[in-house]
Amino acid sequence: MESCNCIEPQWPPDDLLMKYQYISDFFIALAYFSIPLELIYFVKKSAVFPYRWVLVQFGAFIVLCGATHLINLWTFTVHSRTVASVMTTAKVLTAAVSCITALMLVHIIPDLLSVKTRELFLKNKAAELDREMGLIRTQEETGRHVRMLTHEIRSTLDRHTILKTTLVELGRTLALEECALWMPTRTGLELQLSYTLRQQNPVGYTVPIHHPVINQVFSSNRAVKISPNCPVARLRPAGKYMPGEVVAVRVPLLHLSNFHINDWPELSTKRYALMVLMLPSDSARQWHVHELELVEVVADQVAVALSHAAILEESMRARDLLMEQNVALDLARREAETAIRARNDFLAVMNHEMRTPMHAIIALSSLLQETELTPEQRLMVETILKSSNLLATLINDVLDLSRLEDGSLQLDLGTFNLYAVFREVLNLIKPIASVKKLHVSLNLAPDLPEYAIGDEKRLMQTILNIVGNAVKFSKEGSISITAFVAKLDTLRDSKAPEFLPVLSDNHFYLRVQVKDSGSGINPLDIPKLFTKFAQNQSTGTRNSGGSGLGLAICKRFVNLMEGHIWIESEGLGKGCTAILIVKLGMAERVNESKLPYMPKMPTNHGQTAFPGLKVLVMDENGVSRMVTKGLLLHLGCDVTMVGSSDECLRLVSHEHKVVFMDICVPGIDSYGITIRIHEKFTKRHERPLLVALTGNTDKVKKENCMRAGMDGLILKPVSLDKMRSVLTDLLEHRVFFEAI
Amino acid sequence: MDVVNQLQRQFIDYSASLHREGFLDDQFTQLQKLQDDNSPDFVVEVASLFFEDCEKLINNMARALEQQQGVDFRQVDASVHQLKGSSSSIGAMRVKDVCVAFRSFCEAQNREGCLRCLQQVTHEYSLLKNKLQTLFRLQQQILAAGGSIPVVE
Repeated sequence: MESCNCIEPQWPPDDLLMKYQYISDFFIALAYFSIPLELIYFVKKSAVFPYRWVLVQFGAFIVLCGATHLINLWTFTVHSRTVASVMTTAKVLTAAVSCITALMLVHIIPDLLSVKTRELFLKNKAAELDREMGLIRTQEETGRHVRMLTHEIRSTLDRHTILKTTLVELGRTLALEECALWMPTRTGLELQLSYTLRQQNPVGYTVPIHHPVINQVFSSNRAVKISPNCPVARLRPAGKYMPGEVVAVRVPLLHLSNFHINDWPELSTKRYALMVLMLPSDSARQWHVHELELVEVVADQVAVALSHAAILEESMRARDLLMEQNVALDLARREAETAIRARNDFLAVMNHEMRTPMHAIIALSSLLQETELTPEQRLMVETILKSSNLLATLINDVLDLSRLEDGSLQLDLGTFNLYAVFREVLNLIKPIASVKKLHVSLNLAPDLPEYAIGDEKRLMQTILNIVGNAVKFSKEGSISITAFVAKLDTLRDSKAPEFLPVLSDNHFYLRVQVKDSGSGINPLDIPKLFTKFAQNQSTGTRNSGGSGLGLAICKRFVNLMEGHIWIESEGLGKGCTAILIVKLGMAERVNESKLPYMPKMPTNHGQTAFPGLKVLVMDENGVSRMVTKGLLLHLGCDVTMVGSSDECLRLVSHEHKVVFMDICVPGIDSYGITIRIHEKFTKRHERPLLVALTGNTDKVKKENCMRAGMDGLILKPVSLDKMRSVLTDLLEHRVFFEAI
Repeated sequence: MDVVNQLQRQFIDYSASLHREGFLDDQFTQLQKLQDDNSPDFVVEVASLFFEDCEKLINNMARALEQQQGVDFRQVDASVHQLKGSSSSIGAMRVKDVCVAFRSFCEAQNREGCLRCLQQVTHEYSLLKNKLQTLFRLQQQILAAGGSIPVVE
């Protein structure tokens, strides 16, 4: 053997074992070198790796181990000392690094393990959150279902639709096999099957209400699981299948009587219906909590919807009733109107029909009076006249009253002599009073104005009626009539709260008191006096005569005159006093002396009937102007012609006695001229008479003429005779309106 | 005398015929009554005034109705009104009747109708004028012959 510095291996290199070791070492080296490479590669790829230096350390350890094994390869054959030293170095280094690594790992491995536990913890947490999320979602869905159900239920106000919809929607939402509603019967002792989901016609099953299960359900407001064998749950024909779970819930039925204004419905006297829900049979489904909650909420909503429906039904019924009443009232009103109209028509006809013959009778009787009659005949004719006058008065009274009631009567206001009215009444009543040996006295206050503005005729009628009554109902004694201007304090009467007199400058209140010492009136009868047709029968006067209309008419007239009338009496046999207050206008002192006019000429056909009568003719039309002028000239008048209103106003003077105006020309304001002429001549006796000539026969025009202040109206064409008679009439009466 | 009688009879017949045919009515008779010694030519004066008036009014109306753009019916109506007044004052019955119809056309603003009425009025007026002139000539002849105008009732 040469002595070299080589080291021989223990074993011969050709040994099989040696071969296998050699190969294994090779592979180990390979693996050891590739592991760090892989590590580096993957770490570079990954973003997060907290232990880089550990990696470096580990890498170094592995590389060195690999190197060791690699170098070991060379030791299988004869190798030099260098190789051996390298080998040794490598081994030493490897040992060092390995120890360090081992020491490091003691710190690192717990850390790594803790990461693992955290991961596990997070996974558990995630699973838990998932579970909760599932729960929330189911709850939300339930809420949605409830809202939808509620909406469906509340979208209608019809009872049946509400209940049907409830069942349908519940069935759909919860995928029920059967859903049924049991309503309490009228007696309240049984529950009757009213609505079901699947079966179309619920047969009238009834179940007594006092069943323990039912009581249990009614006693709580929660949905209760009940046994499928319970009588209310036996809704499906018994089959071989396992029935699903059944739940029942109560539905409160609220009635209107349950709602009081101040207190809420009492819970003790509530009636309930029962809602039964059945899950599909043969399924493993169970009732979940959220489903039960859903059912409870729905049951409440149904109760509210039913109460709304009940209220609506009530109000609709009330409205129908009101409408019926309305129709009936309308009909009654129309009937009343028809009746009134019929009465008015009747009265209008009768007015004319009655007055015409009366007129004939009265006229002819008075004519007959003028002729030669024997005393007996005269007496007969006088009786006829008196009776027909009475009848005429009665007719007038009735018609007046009806017109008064319609409000169509208007007062004819005019200036009149107040003293004359009273004198007239006295004159009329004196004969009758003297026959009955009654003494009548008239007392007019000194401050009573002589003239007044009012309706003379109706005032006289009223006073006459009252005085007449006084005379009628007195058998003996005296009657005193006093009249004076009422002062404010005397105007107020406690018996007439509506009578509120208002004093103003141009009006005064006339107070007339008629006191008699006759039979008097029972104070209780006084209110009835002024009602129509009510005769005071207790006085026992057979010859009272007349209808009971007098006082009623008087009252109406007095009301129209804004006054008041009443009767005071202390009792039977103590006489009575009638007091009348009316509002009259103050009149200025008017000189009523007759104006000088042409002495009445006998109606001869002489040509100069009106010598020198100055007249003014205003006519735009030349031809008709000439014709009128010719007419008047022929009659001897002194005619001035004008063709326009300005000329007319300029030339008219107090010398002209009559002014003829053609008013049918458009463009001439004849009413304006009339007013201006009135203004020009303030003194009545200076003003010429204004006469309108017109070719139209228009009632409205005639009224307008009268209202404007014209004294006459003549229709064209005017013949000579007509003109003559018109002028005669005009100058005598100072007014002539041709009848249209 | 014979001539006067003849003339008078002619006059009466003619007057009667005018009344019968409706040219004149009662108003004309009234006018005749107004004629006396103080105003011997009253009727003739009135008639001439009437003719003047008529012609003026008819011209007015013709001019107003000829306007192509916008006939002033109010003006026409005013003229017709005047004509109606005049004709009724004198007793020209036919003219007055046409005027009545004329007025309704005016109110309806019917131009065609108005033109037709105007034609009618002109026609009636000229007829009347001729007749009256004949009548007045007869009157003058009677007066010239020394007679007096008979009063026709």
